[in-house]
Amino acid sequence: MIHSLFLINHTGDIFLEKHWKSVISRSVCDYFFEAKEKAGDPENVPPVLQTPHHYLITIYRGKLFLLSVIQTEVPPLFVIEFLHRVADTFQDYFGECSEGVIKDNVVTVYELLEEMLDNGFPLATESNVLKEMIKPPNILRSVVNTLTGSSNVGDTLPTGQLSNIPWRRAGVKYTNNEAYFDVIEEIDAILDKSGTTVFAEIQGVIEACVRLTGMPDLTLSFMNPRLLDDVSFHPCVRFKRWEAERVLSFIPPDGNFTLMTYHVSSQNLVAIPVYVKQSISFFESGSCGRLDITLGPKQTMGKMVEGLTVTIHMPKTVLSANLTATQGNYTYDLATKVLVWDIGKLNPQKLPNLKGSLSVQAGAPKPEENPSLNIGLKIQQLAISGLKVSRLDMYGEKYKPFKGVKYVTKAGKFQVRT
Amino acid sequence: MTDSKYFTTTKKGEIFELKAELNSDKKEKKKEAVKKVIASMTVGKDVSALFPDVVNCMQTDNLELKKLVYLYLMNYAKSQPDMAIMAVNTFVKDCEDPNPLIRALAVRTMGCIRVDKITEYLCEPLRKCLKDEDPYVRKTAAVCVAKLHDINAQLVEDQGFLDTLKDLISDSNPMVVANAVAALSEIAESHPNSNLLDLNPQTINKLLTALNECTEWGQIFILDCLANYTPRDDRESQSICERVTPRLSHANSAVVLSAVKVLMKFMEMLPKDLDYYGTLLKKLAPPLVTLLSAEPELQYVALRNINLIVQRRPEILKHEMKVFFVKYNDPIYVKLEKLDIMIRLASQANIAQVLAELKEYATEVDVDFVRKAVRAIGRCAIKVEQSAERCVSTLLDLIQTKVNYVVQEAIVVIKDIFRKYPNKYESVIATLCENLDSLDEPEARAAMIWIVGEYAERIDNADELLESFLEGFHDESTQVQLQLLTGIVKLFLKKPTETQELVQQVLSLATQDSDNPDLRDRGYIYWRLLSTDPVAAKEVVLAEKPLISEETDLIEPTLLEELICHIGTLASVYHKPPSAFVEGSRGVQHKRLPGSAGSGESVDSPDTGSAAGVSEAPPAVIPSQGDLLGDLLNLDLTPPTTTGPPPPTSGMQMGAMDLLGGGLDSLMGDESEPPPIPLRTDTPQSPQLSHQSPSPPDYSPTELGGDLGGNPAMAAGFGAPPAVMPTSFNAPVSGGLDDLFDLGGGVGMPMGSYSPPKTVWLPAMKAKGLEISGTFARRSGVIQMEMTLTNKAMSVMTDFAIQFNRNSFGLAPAGPLQVLTPLSPNQSIEVSLPLNTVGPVMKMEPLNNLQVAVKNNIDVFYFSCQYPISMLFVEDGKMERQVFLATWKDIPNDNESQFQIKDCHLSSDAASNKLQGSNIFTIAKRTVEGQDMLYQSIKLTNGIWVLAELRVQAGNPNYTVSLKCRAPEVSQSVFQSYEAVLKN
Repeated sequence: MIHSLFLINHTGDIFLEKHWKSVISRSVCDYFFEAKEKAGDPENVPPVLQTPHHYLITIYRGKLFLLSVIQTEVPPLFVIEFLHRVADTFQDYFGECSEGVIKDNVVTVYELLEEMLDNGFPLATESNVLKEMIKPPNILRSVVNTLTGSSNVGDTLPTGQLSNIPWRRAGVKYTNNEAYFDVIEEIDAILDKSGTTVFAEIQGVIEACVRLTGMPDLTLSFMNPRLLDDVSFHPCVRFKRWEAERVLSFIPPDGNFTLMTYHVSSQNLVAIPVYVKQSISFFESGSCGRLDITLGPKQTMGKMVEGLTVTIHMPKTVLSANLTATQGNYTYDLATKVLVWDIGKLNPQKLPNLKGSLSVQAGAPKPEENPSLNIGLKIQQLAISGLKVSRLDMYGEKYKPFKGVKYVTKAGKFQVRT
Repeated sequence: MTDSKYFTTTKKGEIFELKAELNSDKKEKKKEAVKKVIASMTVGKDVSALFPDVVNCMQTDNLELKKLVYLYLMNYAKSQPDMAIMAVNTFVKDCEDPNPLIRALAVRTMGCIRVDKITEYLCEPLRKCLKDEDPYVRKTAAVCVAKLHDINAQLVEDQGFLDTLKDLISDSNPMVVANAVAALSEIAESHPNSNLLDLNPQTINKLLTALNECTEWGQIFILDCLANYTPRDDRESQSICERVTPRLSHANSAVVLSAVKVLMKFMEMLPKDLDYYGTLLKKLAPPLVTLLSAEPELQYVALRNINLIVQRRPEILKHEMKVFFVKYNDPIYVKLEKLDIMIRLASQANIAQVLAELKEYATEVDVDFVRKAVRAIGRCAIKVEQSAERCVSTLLDLIQTKVNYVVQEAIVVIKDIFRKYPNKYESVIATLCENLDSLDEPEARAAMIWIVGEYAERIDNADELLESFLEGFHDESTQVQLQLLTGIVKLFLKKPTETQELVQQVLSLATQDSDNPDLRDRGYIYWRLLSTDPVAAKEVVLAEKPLISEETDLIEPTLLEELICHIGTLASVYHKPPSAFVEGSRGVQHKRLPGSAGSGESVDSPDTGSAAGVSEAPPAVIPSQGDLLGDLLNLDLTPPTTTGPPPPTSGMQMGAMDLLGGGLDSLMGDESEPPPIPLRTDTPQSPQLSHQSPSPPDYSPTELGGDLGGNPAMAAGFGAPPAVMPTSFNAPVSGGLDDLFDLGGGVGMPMGSYSPPKTVWLPAMKAKGLEISGTFARRSGVIQMEMTLTNKAMSVMTDFAIQFNRNSFGLAPAGPLQVLTPLSPNQSIEVSLPLNTVGPVMKMEPLNNLQVAVKNNIDVFYFSCQYPISMLFVEDGKMERQVFLATWKDIPNDNESQFQIKDCHLSSDAASNKLQGSNIFTIAKRTVEGQDMLYQSIKLTNGIWVLAELRVQAGNPNYTVSLKCRAPEVSQSVFQSYEAVLKN
């Protein structure tokens, strides 16, 4: 099971360590530093490393490495999932998962880690349960605590710990009872030079924010559940009912949670909202190149495309870009060689265009690779798969809750090859 | 207010100030002080000096303070065991607390304090907590048993905690069940043969019920445990599958993968024509695809596992090719894995798409990725015949880019394409030759040379091309040198008239100026072949080569089966059986897939390992560069032999060896009139060769040319031997083998049993000034105990005598200790004591422990030392091949244990030689996929036989040793000897 955890910042300093069994010297991380050195980019460090006596399993989140040391055969996915859960918990408690906040809350972090794992076995990882045992920091509480001498640590057994519904605590009370659901879809796509779709799929997620008194039992149903053939659920969802009736029936956790994720991959169902006309070319001689990009609407279902951006990783030899944009601004970062064109809203009447010349390092050979374009976009009030929630019913409680569903479509890993 | 304030230091000395604050009367100040201490601890500062002060804060009703003190205790108790005992009372009291949270916390913390004295006090509270009315306490206590087991396994067994833990599997609370399973699984890992998790239909039912109700982590433990169960029949298998399937929709990817493991395993038992079987197959695809949309780290592990699943059941993901398309911003480790799976899934139906993608990847930035993409194009050509033409033209396009590493990679794969489709694409050779000068990597150079040699008759200037390589012969890597040698010999056989000088040059370079035994031997063999019978040489060297088959780097079927049972574990990430690398799990049981319902193959057949490997005719594979033997004759593989019972050594390599031993001898012997062999004085005489045949004859090119040109009688006379060789390999095998090993042995290795360096057994301060250091050695069949006695006292020592306690192998002094002269102060003496093995026997722990008493005029001193078990390996330990085979099969698989030897850089032959020096005898050798397997036997003085399989992968410094013995307890020590011998 998980033996130790080291938190390492992106420059390679270990700033926190926690051991659940015997203490393992931090020199074990040297193997990781070696691999990190070799990989160059922090994203490229292999997640599972073998050392003579241990295994190091690492995740990279928010410029931090969470490195766990294990000694026996443990499912690596279990470790990785757990590490992400740790990062999520920090985010949940402190608003972000960064070196700064962890150092600012080091004792709470330590208490949390102790509560999340016992002898390497996960103990309490549900945010609801943890929050009952270790109160998240806030200014008001720390003032109150200093005045009254009370503590951040709950002294009763968390109610969720042992019930059949560990994700929900008992005795929840709200004056305003509300349940909101966000259907968020991301389009992952690869388009080739000519604009043909090589690959496209939709990653969907339903995020929920439920603040309801007592023990509500909710049923969420869809107009077109047939769309969903590949789903994964929060543990609260009753799988049998989904199998039989294609409805989501569940007793929700209190607060924010991810109700389900799904993915739609049949090609014909994935609409591509924009098209891109591009040409990027470098000349054999003269150390320069040309760039010309135009974007236009394709299948937008009559909605406005917003937050449009184009990001290009230029070849290393490109020194600068001299371009004109008919809409929005562009920046070219010399150090990272990344060109970002921030367009904003897409106006179908006047298509945005970016055009101009690129200057290449003198004497360098013509770049071999073709830079890919990464597109960012957002469409409000639309789930591009066509998924629609038809109704939400509540059983088990008497009050009338306020309900809301919001849809949004974004570009995920949306790339255009040149 | 943030915790960073705890890091501010003052001038006066942090520790001093903290001490004062910890002893403050104010509760709040105390708590703040403890927090500061913890904060320092988390960043690795040593605050152990504050131990007593922190422990004083423990008795409090403030839970946060208590938890903080516990945190501190867990970290430092080990370094301050005497102080830690002060905390025991509070723990014991807390275990009786009415608040279950406090009871659980106390028992949990106590288990984390790894101090023996504390664990003694832990037993009683733990026993109570295991039966606590509150499930929260019970589930915490279950984990505590695992902790205690880690500290003191014997104590846990003596106290009967294991039984209590087993009872908890039937607990009413699913969380308790899950934790009990987790704890038992962890304990079982260090006790591979204990039947801790006794799975029967009743417990399985309980686990399945708990599965639905426990947390996600608990589900992982339960699923992993279920995967170890073997259902009685297909109906039980199906019902378990049905109850596990819902887990595939879990948000936690580890749960999903563990469920996939259970399903993949139990599916084996379902009849294929069952409707449910098809349904299940369909259900497996979506969750696997979903795993690929998770974080990159999760994707990586998922991809490694999908790689296995695709090999076992390609039908599951055959329509999902597109999800494996590489995205621009995938991390490199994900990209490489995706590429692998794309090739595995490539088929006629999707090849166009795949090729278009691969071509796209070949222009990316990352060099490793581009190389792999180019190689993948070649693999597609070999796998999908219809696409070969398109692949070749794609490769040619890529060669035109002139990007150096792309060109080199392309040439390597084109060589393979030639071997799959001979006489089809040779028209591209001209284009390849244009790029000759830009090749700087050994593999590409070797490939190019192979192409030139193989198609010498179609390349007008083949001799010039090869000659250009010859100039820098000594600077080339072995791989290139070997290829060059073979290439030029081929050229010579094809165009004998113009190339005599060239071939002479290369043969002398290889045989006289090279230190590399492989190169030298290959040179000699060619030389002899050419000089004795060029026609036979032609038949051998230019023999038609079998086609290489489609799939490369497939995992061996038995290994794959085992890995499928380990889906989701580290083994599945490394694609190695867990026994090969998991530390501390000695003799892990090999898991096997259950047999399918219809098939007659029983699961418990002990030899499925080697049997399946050979009789199913493993796919022929492009040999790696290490596969020299096969390469030597350009017979990269012989057709799979199906004759007779599958021996542990495959027929393939034996054929090749026989050719060398028997075949060559007959070549020589059949000469009606021995050819006049003028001994060249300047030819280095290699003693290791001389027993086999006369030294290399001085050969004259003109004679050779004439022979080749027209001596039909010779040709007829020598046509036979090579034709016979692949079939008859049984009789002369051992001869051929011996020869070969002797060949390798001439490298100049000192022979003789390995003896470790002397270590101090008895330090002077423990023995009133007498220091004894020593070691053991086996010299011409006699075990010697070699000691250096040093007098470090002020007075003279006399009257030495020695005695052994009873020991595992009955070692006893064969004579008295010969120290004749008195030992004066500061004097040392070397003594050698011969030992026999007829003394009284008692099993020791460890097995090779020897307790010795030494007496002198001052006192009697006792010490114990460990002898390398290799001292006990006797000289007549070479088993007959047939006996070996039968014995290997006869010894149950449970007795097999596997070990890994790291960082050993010997070739298999050198290793075999070294081992032979210590009476570890190699009986047979075979090579599979670039991996050499040596089969070895050892006999101990007490008649115990140990059989071993040593696996050596070219280029991988890690060897794997599998040992089989009727007395498995010796395996560990035998392995240690292996390691010691090989590393010295």
